[in-house]
Amino acid sequence: MASLVGSRVERKEDGRFLQGKGRYTADINIANQTYAVFVRSPHARAKIKNIDTSKSLKSSGVVGVLTGKEIAEDKIGGLIAGWAIRSEDGSEMKVPANPPLAKDVANFVGEPIAVVFAETLDEAKEGAEKVKVDYKVLKAVVDPADAMKSEAIHDGVDKNLCYDWLLGDRKAVDEAFAKADKIIKVDLINNRLVPNAMEPRACVVDYNSASEEITLYTTSQNPHLSRLVMSAFGGVAPENKLRVVAPDVGGGFGSKINVYNEEIVCSWASKKIERPIKWVAERTESFLTDTHGRDHVTHAELAVTKEGKFLGFKNETIANLGAYARVFGTVTPTYLFGPCATGVYVIPAAYSNVKAVYTNTAPVDAYRGAGRPEATYTIERLVEKAAMELGIDKTEIRMKNFPTEFPFKQTLVHTVDSGDYVAGLEKAKQMADYSGFEARRKKSEANGKLRGIGVSSYFEACGIAPSAAVMSLGCGVGLWESAEVRFNPTGQISVFTGAHSHGQSHQTTFAQIAADELGVPMENIDVVHGDTDKGTFGMGTYGSRSLTVGGIAIVNACKKIVAKGKRVAAKMLEVNENEIEFKDGEFVALKSNKKKTIGEVAFACYLPGQRDEMKSPIPEGDEPGLIESSFFDPANFSFPAGSHICEVEIDPDTGNVKIEKYTAVDDFGRIVNPNIVEGQVHGGIAQGIGQALHENTQYDETGQLMTASYMDYTMPRADNFPEFNLGFTCTHATSNPLGVKGCGEAGAIASPPTVMNAVIDALGGQEISMPATAEKVWKACKVMKKSNAKAA
Amino acid sequence: MTKVTLEVNGKKVSKEVPDHTLLSVFLRDNLNLTGTHVGCDTSQCGACVVHVNGKSIKSCSTLAADIDGSKVTTIEGLAKDGKLHPMQAAFKKTHGLQCGFCTPGMVMSAVDLLQTKKNPSDKEIREWLEGNICRCTGYQNIVAAVKEAATKM
Repeated sequence: MASLVGSRVERKEDGRFLQGKGRYTADINIANQTYAVFVRSPHARAKIKNIDTSKSLKSSGVVGVLTGKEIAEDKIGGLIAGWAIRSEDGSEMKVPANPPLAKDVANFVGEPIAVVFAETLDEAKEGAEKVKVDYKVLKAVVDPADAMKSEAIHDGVDKNLCYDWLLGDRKAVDEAFAKADKIIKVDLINNRLVPNAMEPRACVVDYNSASEEITLYTTSQNPHLSRLVMSAFGGVAPENKLRVVAPDVGGGFGSKINVYNEEIVCSWASKKIERPIKWVAERTESFLTDTHGRDHVTHAELAVTKEGKFLGFKNETIANLGAYARVFGTVTPTYLFGPCATGVYVIPAAYSNVKAVYTNTAPVDAYRGAGRPEATYTIERLVEKAAMELGIDKTEIRMKNFPTEFPFKQTLVHTVDSGDYVAGLEKAKQMADYSGFEARRKKSEANGKLRGIGVSSYFEACGIAPSAAVMSLGCGVGLWESAEVRFNPTGQISVFTGAHSHGQSHQTTFAQIAADELGVPMENIDVVHGDTDKGTFGMGTYGSRSLTVGGIAIVNACKKIVAKGKRVAAKMLEVNENEIEFKDGEFVALKSNKKKTIGEVAFACYLPGQRDEMKSPIPEGDEPGLIESSFFDPANFSFPAGSHICEVEIDPDTGNVKIEKYTAVDDFGRIVNPNIVEGQVHGGIAQGIGQALHENTQYDETGQLMTASYMDYTMPRADNFPEFNLGFTCTHATSNPLGVKGCGEAGAIASPPTVMNAVIDALGGQEISMPATAEKVWKACKVMKKSNAKAA
Repeated sequence: MTKVTLEVNGKKVSKEVPDHTLLSVFLRDNLNLTGTHVGCDTSQCGACVVHVNGKSIKSCSTLAADIDGSKVTTIEGLAKDGKLHPMQAAFKKTHGLQCGFCTPGMVMSAVDLLQTKKNPSDKEIREWLEGNICRCTGYQNIVAAVKEAATKM
């Protein structure tokens, strides 16, 4: 039987999505439901002096109005930070309370203050208009660079500082810098982004007063984790009385990891008003309240010899957490950032120092890549600048500092199990026709255009797990993943996974894996996820972990099925277990060549008794049935890596940047489905190009979000991109039996520095910040023209 | 309240709705045709694209009452006799969708493109889809899907 792993299988999920049969949260309606509309703070920072709900309560169709007072009285807990990070001085991080409805102070525009439930959406909106909140407006802290010098916005959080974290050795770095021929320096802003999954957040809650069970349908990347948080920290209901269903979810990119205010409030309120509740965010609500990404202010330095050898690296970063620390908020700028900041290079000494500050803006959390794009941008800008200042070819300087042996003990934390960085960059150079660039540049120049080429080589630590590692770094839970494989009596198989697909195609790839393991057609396999009432507890999908952690749990559960099948088949075929071979879905007795298919064996597993001449097929010590589960906790992260090359052409008259060519060569280990991996890379690159050229989240000085709709925030369109040219190299991961590495975030990690390096190359080394909009580039072109004129 | 009568996916429907009911709301809430999605408030994202009298429009910025008497085709009405429309089949073949949320609007818009122009270039496809935002695919496989469908339609 040909292996399904590695083949371009069409997706099982597409039939429903293409015919409008997807079932997203907003598509769900429950009889007798009310509609929720949240009253949100119009101010970035304000004291809530009084809330008058009397007019709203009398408004037509309004069923109830609830505020922070009631939720506090019911002792419903708030939103949480999932990782405890310690400062360099050993002190614990400072985390303010984050109530689901702000009671005393509002800390960002859009923070929920009250909620109105009504018979129709229009009535709920009108009711919300009639809630009168008396605010005392306070001076907002908006700019992260100024936050430590500003008035503290949370009680007990001095200088608005959550932590002042250090990873690495300052003394060793000082010594390395003292030996350097040259110090390369960059000052960078990693622009704040709004993840903007196309499906706005939503929740539908149904409270069953007979069973006292709450069912929450929600747009979550991790329904089990949501239930755990809502139960353990929110106190909304015990876990066995709370069912969380994340049905089809229209993209996440990190923004749907967190349990949000609206989910807690609606779940709590549904029990209180004894009515189902539906809430669907408008796009502007998503802009205001979804967790945002990035937002770093960084100064970094690289110590180099004149031959281009790297000696030391240092990085001083201010990371904006926004108003509150959320689930991955505190780890994103520390352990997901610092360890990767030395990139794919041998650098003997390094440190990263990160000061995470609170501001009166939306909370900042994981967004595709989470910390690793910021890390890669920092090191890859430095490396490119070093090449320029030392007059060394930008690919040669990288090759010179790549590790040549694996496992590679990276400077700060990770031991990278496998890779071949030289092969990746060589392949990218060849695919991009790197050597032909100069001729193309001259041609552009002849046409009055500026052409630049940019390179970046990256690695990332993903497959967010090993519990031992993440818990030692401060994670509040273990990050394994679970699977259960149910071989039903008539041969159909249900594979339950704790991972969650919101675009990642698990129904297809996980079925491919299980089909190969069990030797059955993948049509016989259904992958079930997203419902805490179905299947085992799981940690969900983020950090490119579904395959490398969740997929392996499926493999291991399948192996248990086969192991039991062998014992049963041996008994059925009246031979010893070690005389049975399992191949292509059949258990074969080696000597006699007698066979039982896995379907026959599964059927037999459900017939444990004896009848007439038929003996029980269940061996002594085994139980009937054929259901196995596995919890997989890998020994290490997975470390995809690669090199991307971008070529841009700039029109100096308009400042318009056109991406002429984009080449990506990635090493994701073994690839399960090339179609899906390529799709992930395309999407990641597009988001990274979005960051580099188009997207920016802009607050004004009072903390009003100026980019709160698609009219103001530039979402990349189809005509912003060329066709991406993808290639792959392959070294197998050693930390899992499939040899797979995560692929979901790589494109978004590699592409911002690749594009910016190309733009800056075209501008003759003149640095500009992301996004490199036409206006900024046009201004830079004018500066360039002036200095060229002077030189002439 | 206004009485709105439409032919939706070949079936005549008539409903009393508030005057300001948008076509997207009419389809989703009154007819339970939830394949038409709403992804923004400002008519940029295009997840809500349907055909009215054969032409693609954004149903989130069309009043149901304004198109009274029209023929509407939604994503649910594209496949015929259990067989995917060539555009749907092409999206499946080229992996032109991931989370599926923008997909209905993207497909409806792409179908109209091929009605308007038989064999569009990459550039023309990308420009036509300017009003449809996808956050997952980077558009590459969507462009491939439209080209694939062009060979079949």
